[in-house]
Amino acid sequence: MDETALAAHFEATIAADQRIEPRDWMPEAYRKTLIRQIAQHAHSEIIGMQPEGNWIRRAPSLRRKAILLAKVQDEAGHGLYLYSAAETLGVDREELTELLISGRQKYSSIFNYPTLSYADVGVIGWLVDGAAICNQVPLCRCSYGPYARAMVRICKEESFHQRQGYELLLAMVNGTEEQRRMVQESVNRFWWPSLMMFGPPDADSPNTQQSMAWGIKRHTNDELRQRFVDMTVPQAEALGVTLPDPNLRWNPERGHYDFTAPDWAEFKAVISGSGPCNAQRLAQRRRAHEEGAWVREAARAHAEKQARREVAA
Amino acid sequence: MNTDHDATNAYQSLVETLGHDDPRWAFGTGVEDVQAEITSPVPDGVDPADLAAYCLMLGDDALICSHRLTEWVTNAPELEEEVALANIALDLLGQARVLLARAGHVEGEGRDEDALAYLRTEPEFRNIALAEVPDDRDFGRAIARLLVFSTWRLALLQRLHGSRDPVVAAVAGKGVKEVAYHRDHAAQWTLRLGDGTAESHRRMQAALEAVWPYVEELYRSTEIERRLAAAGVAVDPAEVRAEVDAVLDEVLTRATLTRPTVPPAGLLGGRGGRDGTHTEYLGHVLAELQSLARQHPGARW
Amino acid sequence: MTDAAVSGGRPDRPRGGWPLWEVFVRGKRGLNHVHVGSVHAPDAEMALRNARDLYTRRNEGVSIWVVKASDITASSPSEKDPFFAPAGDKVYRHPTFYAIPEDVPHL
Repeated sequence: MDETALAAHFEATIAADQRIEPRDWMPEAYRKTLIRQIAQHAHSEIIGMQPEGNWIRRAPSLRRKAILLAKVQDEAGHGLYLYSAAETLGVDREELTELLISGRQKYSSIFNYPTLSYADVGVIGWLVDGAAICNQVPLCRCSYGPYARAMVRICKEESFHQRQGYELLLAMVNGTEEQRRMVQESVNRFWWPSLMMFGPPDADSPNTQQSMAWGIKRHTNDELRQRFVDMTVPQAEALGVTLPDPNLRWNPERGHYDFTAPDWAEFKAVISGSGPCNAQRLAQRRRAHEEGAWVREAARAHAEKQARREVAA
Repeated sequence: MNTDHDATNAYQSLVETLGHDDPRWAFGTGVEDVQAEITSPVPDGVDPADLAAYCLMLGDDALICSHRLTEWVTNAPELEEEVALANIALDLLGQARVLLARAGHVEGEGRDEDALAYLRTEPEFRNIALAEVPDDRDFGRAIARLLVFSTWRLALLQRLHGSRDPVVAAVAGKGVKEVAYHRDHAAQWTLRLGDGTAESHRRMQAALEAVWPYVEELYRSTEIERRLAAAGVAVDPAEVRAEVDAVLDEVLTRATLTRPTVPPAGLLGGRGGRDGTHTEYLGHVLAELQSLARQHPGARW
Repeated sequence: MTDAAVSGGRPDRPRGGWPLWEVFVRGKRGLNHVHVGSVHAPDAEMALRNARDLYTRRNEGVSIWVVKASDITASSPSEKDPFFAPAGDKVYRHPTFYAIPEDVPHL
């Protein structure tokens, strides 16, 4: 099997917008990029359970409690779908967990911010899940089959999450003065980090071109960020909240909203470990994993005992 | 699939009037499902105050136990277990919501599920102690509690199928499937921990010892329960002791565990959880559960 | 290419995790089981439970099969197709995914 021919077939598959499946030949760099991207996406879902999980026990109505608990559970499920997709590329989930806990693989920067009020639950649904949807819907057409299929499943559920978050905010802005203030304060904290979810500006994103050539990425960071802003501004108006950017305004020539770029220095600091919650998020994940070791070990031991009994029987 | 268009639609739909919840959102009983039953009249010959109290008993058991389970979110020993425990917590929360709503309706003082969950004080809660004791981050404790609680609750719900109260009957009808699943989940884990490693056996045995003082209370019947059992609405919990014992003995034996022989936690002046006399733990549970709602009196969420 | 290369050069060490199981689901209106993904579980009983929770959201009337990934022997999509990796079976230990029919829940 000539590698040139294999590579040509791979390129042709990508060019025809068809899927690469687990048993197909793929360039090593494609595989590595995908493993990293899918794993970090999975890690994001799992770590993302923490900021929202922070409010489950204090949810102020039973209906909200059920909604939030179901949402966080969905996120565990999404992480599992994505780890499953990553494993088709030849890695083991346990390895990926170690890479996360040791800081060698990352997760979405947004989850390094704290949830300080219940309004954050709504704002995360509206802005953070909204940004995630912008990123994820194009991935439903990703060239790698298992990833694309996981994304289809995830996107369906995520759109419900976003609606639930927005609905909570609607209830709050139509509630007490304190609730209204809480929502605005939350938006002030989450707006810029939400913009950062799309990654650095295109000029500072060297991998974008290769990822797009491979059908792993369908739009650039800046394209998606612009799309998110354009969609979100009318929603903010409907809520009656102010997005904390004084330069945010419609530009009729461009046909888009002009907006201030986020503070990229802050972004770099946060993704390199200096965000408000980085240490806390990893410590929590590490603790759960380590404290659960005796349980996982027991289950394995039991399975081995059962297997020996069956052989003996 | 025109995914870009879907993204636009997903977004645009946000500014339209939002519809009702997707029924997938809570795996347990949706309150909306049984709305009709909740407002149906109190069965003949039944004291509304008794019925309200009984619904609070069953509802508070589920509410507080569900709350303890949510402490495992982001703390579970494996990601699959996160999903499983959240399922169980959601089921119980769903049962609690219906039962609390029914209690509020028949009581006739305008209290809904949230007024009951967030504004009552400890002496007004009617759950048994087993629901409120902490796990101390020990998965063995969580499983031990879940095993006993769900085995007992399943036995009650199985007998409540034919309750003359339509809501209790409806909760029982749906609940038996859910709680059978919970019991099975707990039993599977009891088996694996009891008959796993030497360490897991030790820890699981210790966990049983820690929850066992709260088992006796499960079979203690109150006058309210006896009256309602006679009226065909409730079941006297004393009736389920033999069955629950048999199931627990079977599970523990298979798991190579020993039934603890610790003395039961004593009543306080003859009063227990069903009468509103609780352990020190409930105050801390409610302090957390109710804190935000109480910070914003009159707010709707 | 081997597992070791993929995992950064570490030799095969005892894995801490549970084995991988592939999950096949037949929807209520379906005619056959379809591969939907994978779960980790210590044994078949737990694999079935985990698969139910994750892939069917405990819908009733749905049939689930779980198979230990290591028990699956897979062919390439087309035996005549030369475009598969020569040492495929070691690394690509997962069967090819098939298209998912519409009535399998939540897919």
